[in-house]
Amino acid sequence: MREKIVLDLAKLPLHGMGTASVTWWGTLAFMLIEGTGFALAIAIYLYLMSLATAWPINAPPPDLLPGTLVTLVLLASLVPNILVSRWAEQQDLRKVRLGMVIMSIVGIVPLVVRVFEFPALKVSWDSNAYGSVVWTLLGLHTTHIITDLVDTLVLAALMVTRHGRNPRRFGDVQDNAMYWNFVVATWLPIYGCIYWLARL
Amino acid sequence: MNRPVAAPDTRDIDIERTRLTDALAETWKTPSGIWGALATVDHKIIGRRYIFTAFVFLALGGVLAALMRIQLAQPEARLLGPDRYNQIFTMHGANMMFLFAVPVMEAVAVYLVPLMVGTRNIAFPRLNAFSYWIYLAGGTLLWTAFALDMGPDVGWFAYVPLSGPQYGAGKRADIWAQMITFTEISALAVAVELVVTIFKQRAPGMTLDRIPVFVWAMLVTSFLVIMAMPAIVLESTSLILDRLVGTHFFNPAEGGDVLLWQHLFWFFGHPEVYIIFLPAAGMVSTMIEPFARRPAFGYLGLVMALIATGILAFGLWVHHMFVAGLPRLGDSFFTASSMAIAIPAGIQVFCWLATLWDGRLVFKTPLLFIIGFIVTFVIGGLTGVMVASVPFDTQVHDTYFVVAHFHYVLIGGAVFPLLAAIHYWFPKLTGRMMSEALGQWSFWLIFVGFNATFFPMHILGLEGMPRRVYTYQPDLPWHGLNLFISLSAVILIAGFLLFFINAIRSARVGEVALDNPWDAPTLEWATTSPPPSYNFAMIPVVGSLHPLWDDRDSLAVANGLRTDRRELVVTTLAAAEPQAREASPRNSIWPLWAAIATAIMLIWSIFSPWAVVWGSVPVAVALIGWFWPKGAPEDES
Repeated sequence: MREKIVLDLAKLPLHGMGTASVTWWGTLAFMLIEGTGFALAIAIYLYLMSLATAWPINAPPPDLLPGTLVTLVLLASLVPNILVSRWAEQQDLRKVRLGMVIMSIVGIVPLVVRVFEFPALKVSWDSNAYGSVVWTLLGLHTTHIITDLVDTLVLAALMVTRHGRNPRRFGDVQDNAMYWNFVVATWLPIYGCIYWLARL
Repeated sequence: MNRPVAAPDTRDIDIERTRLTDALAETWKTPSGIWGALATVDHKIIGRRYIFTAFVFLALGGVLAALMRIQLAQPEARLLGPDRYNQIFTMHGANMMFLFAVPVMEAVAVYLVPLMVGTRNIAFPRLNAFSYWIYLAGGTLLWTAFALDMGPDVGWFAYVPLSGPQYGAGKRADIWAQMITFTEISALAVAVELVVTIFKQRAPGMTLDRIPVFVWAMLVTSFLVIMAMPAIVLESTSLILDRLVGTHFFNPAEGGDVLLWQHLFWFFGHPEVYIIFLPAAGMVSTMIEPFARRPAFGYLGLVMALIATGILAFGLWVHHMFVAGLPRLGDSFFTASSMAIAIPAGIQVFCWLATLWDGRLVFKTPLLFIIGFIVTFVIGGLTGVMVASVPFDTQVHDTYFVVAHFHYVLIGGAVFPLLAAIHYWFPKLTGRMMSEALGQWSFWLIFVGFNATFFPMHILGLEGMPRRVYTYQPDLPWHGLNLFISLSAVILIAGFLLFFINAIRSARVGEVALDNPWDAPTLEWATTSPPPSYNFAMIPVVGSLHPLWDDRDSLAVANGLRTDRRELVVTTLAAAEPQAREASPRNSIWPLWAAIATAIMLIWSIFSPWAVVWGSVPVAVALIGWFWPKGAPEDES
């Protein structure tokens, strides 16, 4: 079939940022998958809770301290996270490099506190269904933090190489920051579930 | 900050056609040889591979069905013992649902959607390669286990407590659970690719109301996959945890619950039915146009019906649990919602009928399968409305009536359209036509064989024959019909054999296909059969829903893309206005390594929880290798 040229795309940028980036949409889609997973895990918690005559089952409510500490650290981490995202948008490489190092550390801190969070549940995963579901919720979210931490570490390393000076990388940093916001956002209902529903 | 813009001579402006296609072919090629085959990210090669593999699983599942039919042909048969029979019906169901039906629909979309929306590759092409390898690994795991007498034997929905630690000794149930993980990872990956391809890579001008109905169907299906499959991933993981490390999710003695299993399974399992059916419905709406020689009647209604079905799909799951003793009010709600699904299904059926009514019909094999589909699907839909009623369902639950019902909707509702689709898109897949004579023979054998095999099962069910029994006694009134069914299955199998022979033979010596042999209106027919590695030498610009019918002399295209890097156009979500000349990743072997590392981790984790810890290290290494920039032109921005 004869081709008839009706449009010239030569002036378009070589990479789209934000909603013009396919990676942004991909990240969003993966967030939807994981968000659904978390919502269902919480639904399992509520379902088991609705069946039990007493909740928590044969265990005291979890200690508030480590979990609340993690919550505060995660909430505080939003400040540098949003700053890094802004610096990436401005394509300020020096600040982004610094910000990625800060975010790497900020990603490690909640994991350190989390080591104390598991024993603070005061129930083992194999004691009863209550233990199983709280360990699973906490385990899922820990996996979430680890995944994003590894991503942040690799990206931080990438930003100091010659590949860093590239709008594509700044887009990656923004997507990574968006994902961290999601990691924090998913924690809040899980925190409420594990620590406060058990106190109702 | 930006690198210098490429020299003008790497653009596709003002260069000769042959120089353009040579340069594009060089940039987008898959090198020959084994390494090239393993590293390719071409959606067409991966799509063909996916389709081929899914049909191999169909054939294997068919062999299991044949074994069951031989066993049931007469009372007290001795071909299969109860244990082997349990494995066989479980393998048949799990294989057909997880390794054939869902993957084959996604596979067709992996091949067709980028062509139909006028782009050069699927979004995230390396993820696409990864998803295929993971799928292959999951299928290999299931069938290897079966060959070693370790095949799952707990039914395709693996209800607890039968599949739990107390009754499901050995590793059979774990094989089922981990096969789920493999297939769900691959399905979720493809869903994400399709959503982003459809959202962001449509040809300039392909506004929402110019998207082919099959592409709409795949968009809705992909969202169903994204929202439904986490349920079963969570569920199969909980089962493995119960079995491996002693959690109590499904153990009532420690506060767990067996009905939790059924809720989670069917929250996934019912949308799963639409994950299989909606692509088929989309195929029919798209294929019906060239064979009715007119646009499909009621485009808006067809698309809205797909979306409505997708939403309703999440409000039906309890109708699989009517005999589980749930509150009456809940049952009534789910009866109503189950019956409501007949409305969007009915809208589609009437739109197809109206299209055929007003069309000038071309009775080629695809149209025969479409008509066969409409007839069969309506029968299956009617028995669906019947089993949505609690008293009726209570009577026929777990009988052959249900077996008949879901084979009518799955084979009639999905496999018939799929076979139509294979005949229809075969020229685009292979560059050759399938034999029309063999196609018509296979249609009639399959149509007659199918109905003669499955219709009597309704009667058997009403006579009380339960499903999943390995034999029955001679004094029960079932052997006449069972013998009839088994003999009819021979006709059905002959039809499928003929289809396979036709496909294999035509791929080698079939008549060479033109670019648009059916005179169809959608973009995949605007390029050669089969398409070149870059799909379109110039990206089409779309001005209507039927671009190839509305302007028969020429194809509106855009220029300005570079030829020295893999470049495609990203457009806005609704209006499809060009936003960027985005790069598409090059071939890479890393997705294969990542899939191998993931497969090792998942299989190892059946045996030890530490696999998740140590096994994730190679996965992380492979992912870093995958994403680390290699300084290719595609990394420029």
